[in-house]
Amino acid sequence: MNGLSPQVAAALMAMLQAVVILLGAVLLGAVMTVVERRLLGLWQDRHGPNRVGPFGSLQLIADMLKIVFKEDWIPPFADRTLFVLAPAIAMASLLLSFIIIPITPGWGVADFNIGLLFFLAMAGINVYAVLFGGWSSGNKYALLGAMRASAQTLSYEVFMGLSLMGVVAIAGSFNMREIVNAQQGLWFVIPQFFGFCTFLIAGIAVTHRHPFDQPEAEQELADGYHIEYSGMKFGMFFIGEYVGMVLVSVLIVTLFFGGWHGPWLPPIVWFALKTSFFLLLFVLLRAALPRPRYDRVMSFGWKVCLPLTLINLLVTGAVILVVDPL
Amino acid sequence: MEIAFYLSGLVAVLATLGVITNTNPVHALLYLIVSLIAVALVFCALGAPFAGALEVIVYAGAIMVLFVFVVMMLNLSDTVEAQERAWLKPRIWLGPSVLSGVLLLTLIAILWLGDGGRVIEGETLTAKAVGSILFGPWLLVVELAAMLLLAALVTASHVGRLSSPAGSAGRREPDARKEAS
Repeated sequence: MNGLSPQVAAALMAMLQAVVILLGAVLLGAVMTVVERRLLGLWQDRHGPNRVGPFGSLQLIADMLKIVFKEDWIPPFADRTLFVLAPAIAMASLLLSFIIIPITPGWGVADFNIGLLFFLAMAGINVYAVLFGGWSSGNKYALLGAMRASAQTLSYEVFMGLSLMGVVAIAGSFNMREIVNAQQGLWFVIPQFFGFCTFLIAGIAVTHRHPFDQPEAEQELADGYHIEYSGMKFGMFFIGEYVGMVLVSVLIVTLFFGGWHGPWLPPIVWFALKTSFFLLLFVLLRAALPRPRYDRVMSFGWKVCLPLTLINLLVTGAVILVVDPL
Repeated sequence: MEIAFYLSGLVAVLATLGVITNTNPVHALLYLIVSLIAVALVFCALGAPFAGALEVIVYAGAIMVLFVFVVMMLNLSDTVEAQERAWLKPRIWLGPSVLSGVLLLTLIAILWLGDGGRVIEGETLTAKAVGSILFGPWLLVVELAAMLLLAALVTASHVGRLSSPAGSAGRREPDARKEAS
């Protein structure tokens, strides 16, 4: 190692971290597909996939093999460029958001000053995946799903940003590492409880998870915007949804539940424990809640969540000014 | 960072050209999104990452989504592409391009000569001066104009609303029907 200067070694280490985090996010997303099915089976009093390997543990490999060997078909009536581009946007914009997540004091890809805004920007870009995927398919159901998805995502992104601003105001920074450090004494879920509630709802809605999965409602739209996709392109949409779920979980942990902070155990264990708790919560929500009607979803976002976040932000600002006048 | 600045600036210019020359509306919008992201990178290279992030969030993430949304809803067919292609004939774009080229040459000449601060007569009017005049002596006129715009907004929403609540088809909430009756 004497040929490496400290800078090169540091750069290599940073690259290694980035690659490990990237692979970890994708793998966790892929594993969640199987974990979710097993857990749904458990909660709905049935078996779930339990045939491949001991306790169904190799189901993921079987699924991957199947999806890789499926014919990758592009409909002749589709807009080829956008049809191919859409799954790439879906996957890339979500994976790029992991850049800003500080996992432990020593682990994390980048330390942006605008950290949180970077996530909001990537969430904004992510809408195009659904829009282009739905439109380029040249299918009525896909278009309807894309329209629902974009309207829903736009509405819920408005107060997703606002629900995070309380955290930013208390921590005094967009930088994720500083936000985590500001939670040394008190997790932000306590002073920002309404911010947490609305962010959780918005996070579910933006990743189109149940109960906000009207864009891909199987019973009405036959899978919505990715109806024409097959093979690995569908796989990217599918895994992308789970990667989004992982992303929202780690964001909730970082922003509201103190990130790596916790007694006794090492930071990485705390981070993993908290993240898996929220992943399980996502699955439990899917198992437990019925799907509301689409117009109710929209009016709930605009009439309940948006005013709630605005009032939360107003009160947070007032409290900060009273407690700590500039 | 200079390389990043020039590269993303080049991408922005090329993507904007793509917006103009592309005949498919959705593809043109895709170019516009690329152009906006490139401009955001230019902001970052200039040391304003906050402005860059807002550019992506507000323009690429919200406003352009509405554009794409509307274009998708319009269900534009091949006739539109044919029309666009007809509009892109040299006979149509040559005149405006020559005039714009003259303006570009003027701009480059002014920058080249380096006397951008000099004006024909008087002083350069800054945004601050305009603002303090508008909200100083002319405050009353500005407020009146604001009221006029508000009245126009109300009128537009009145004219654009559905003809009658009873006549509008579609499912509604039971309590909404109660309110209407």
